Amino acid sequence: MGGHLGAPHFQMLTVTGLTKRFGGFTALNAVSFEVKEGEILGLIGPNGSGKTTLFNCVSGALTPSSGSIRFGAQELAGLTPDRICHLGIARTFQIPRPFRKLTILENVAVAAHFGAAQRSSEAEARRRALEILGLVGLATTPHAPTTLLGAGGLKKLELARALATGPRLLLADESLGGLDSSEMAGAADLLRRIRGELHITIVWVEHIMATLMRVVDRVVVLDHGEKIAEGKPREVAEDPKVVEAYLGEKVVLA
Amino acid sequence: MSAGRVGVGVLLAALVAAPFVPMGGMRQYIFHVLIQIFVWSFIGGAWALMGRFGLVSLGHGAFLGLGAYTTTLLWNFFGLTPWLGALVAVVLTAALAVIVAYPCSRFQVIGHYFGLVTLAVGEVVRLLIIAERDWTGGSLGLTVRPAGADSLVAVQFADKRVFYYAALVLWALGLWVWHRVDRSMARSAMEAIGEDETAAASVGIHVTRFKIAITVLSAVLTAVGGIAYAQYIAYVNPDTLAGIGVSLRIVFAVVLGGMYALLGPTVGTALTIALAEVLRVVFGITYVGMAETIYGLLLIVFIIFLPSGIYGSVRDLLRRRPRSQPAAPVTA
Repeated sequence: MGGHLGAPHFQMLTVTGLTKRFGGFTALNAVSFEVKEGEILGLIGPNGSGKTTLFNCVSGALTPSSGSIRFGAQELAGLTPDRICHLGIARTFQIPRPFRKLTILENVAVAAHFGAAQRSSEAEARRRALEILGLVGLATTPHAPTTLLGAGGLKKLELARALATGPRLLLADESLGGLDSSEMAGAADLLRRIRGELHITIVWVEHIMATLMRVVDRVVVLDHGEKIAEGKPREVAEDPKVVEAYLGEKVVLA
Repeated sequence: MSAGRVGVGVLLAALVAAPFVPMGGMRQYIFHVLIQIFVWSFIGGAWALMGRFGLVSLGHGAFLGLGAYTTTLLWNFFGLTPWLGALVAVVLTAALAVIVAYPCSRFQVIGHYFGLVTLAVGEVVRLLIIAERDWTGGSLGLTVRPAGADSLVAVQFADKRVFYYAALVLWALGLWVWHRVDRSMARSAMEAIGEDETAAASVGIHVTRFKIAITVLSAVLTAVGGIAYAQYIAYVNPDTLAGIGVSLRIVFAVVLGGMYALLGPTVGTALTIALAEVLRVVFGITYVGMAETIYGLLLIVFIIFLPSGIYGSVRDLLRRRPRSQPAAPVTA
């Protein structure tokens, strides 16, 4: 449903005909889209529409059944997650998965040390980790255990850990459900700053559409593993297919 | 922190000076027990290098046996000095460790399943030793061929003090390796892998490489411990150096002392050896099996009520107060 053409940006990620089957169940069916350098792309869809599966395929946690995922000129399908991380793609998990036996700082430092394309010293990794904790707003208690963090804090830690690997493309499986409205606004603001200050391209997954629509440049909509719409937030929100997929829930844009 | 340092210094000085303290008729026996404690603590520490990250091996006897039998057989049949035999043994053990760790990592065999795989590996090595009885003496074991006199080439000495100092150095070396791993970023990576392999891989950690590396390190050190023990006892036996029995004894000692702390394996090993000795002396050959029963019951009680081990629990209790400082690893 593309139809529109943005400015001639460099194409950072090109997904073509991506299919993922689990036994007889098709979680993703021939999905194609691209991500342009410097944009924030929203990836939305009802629960179970295949958004997280898509992330898992791009980040290497799952191997696609067929189709191609290109990062610049590099084919990603079949590469291991650590390799894909080193190429410059970081991802967060929908449900935060902190390393509970490490402190907040260690969580981020281990990502800074092992995630970077070029391995730096351990001291440098710690310094970078502190810097990133400052950016996401977690710098006050770096040596505390992760059990000290609430739902919002764990989301920030998740983001900090991904950013510490020095990505060019961030796959943010945000799902802000469970946060209050000011925390949601803060998270949206943070993503905007990550793009602006760190020049990181972002694909943002969310199923609460209202928050996302105000931030993203373009939206791709998945439903039952298929792409049903793509375009500017306003166009997509009006699309009858999208409205139907969300069971008639009409998105109110500010 | 400095009080701790002084304590460590005093303890080390006492251990170094111990051979010069008059002990009368108990001398040989005390040395024997101390040497055993050092060697088995070293082996327990080697096991804990993996165990603390959730790679609970129930078959470290495989590495112990492979190390001990390789050096002993090479010496007995080819006259190869145990120094070079140990090198061969280390290479073979590393190879076995890779053979175990690589498929386990690739197919995500973790937790209890990893334990069962290693348990089987330990038994396979024991059964192989018994089956190859023309070489190994089967279940009767094998005596290390005597060199006749004290010999550095054969690593055979009549005086227990030589072995005492060798065991002390070995033990200290084990603590040093443990400390180095504990301080490194590799520890963070291994903790991350132990908790969540998917998340660890997503931040660029090469899961398979790390698992193989830590398994090889642990296995090689265990083999060295096995070699040291064989040279000291001058006798190898499939039941004391391979199989389930010895593998579980290593695990129990470490779990008892605490696998997450530097001195945990040492405390656990010292306690289990001391306990076994006391029970052996008290019961002797009356009530056969009573010593083992009491030993087993005590272990169960400890494991249930002190999950982070005796040493680990005491240390955690003492450490509860300071929390503002960065959680630097305690220097014992």
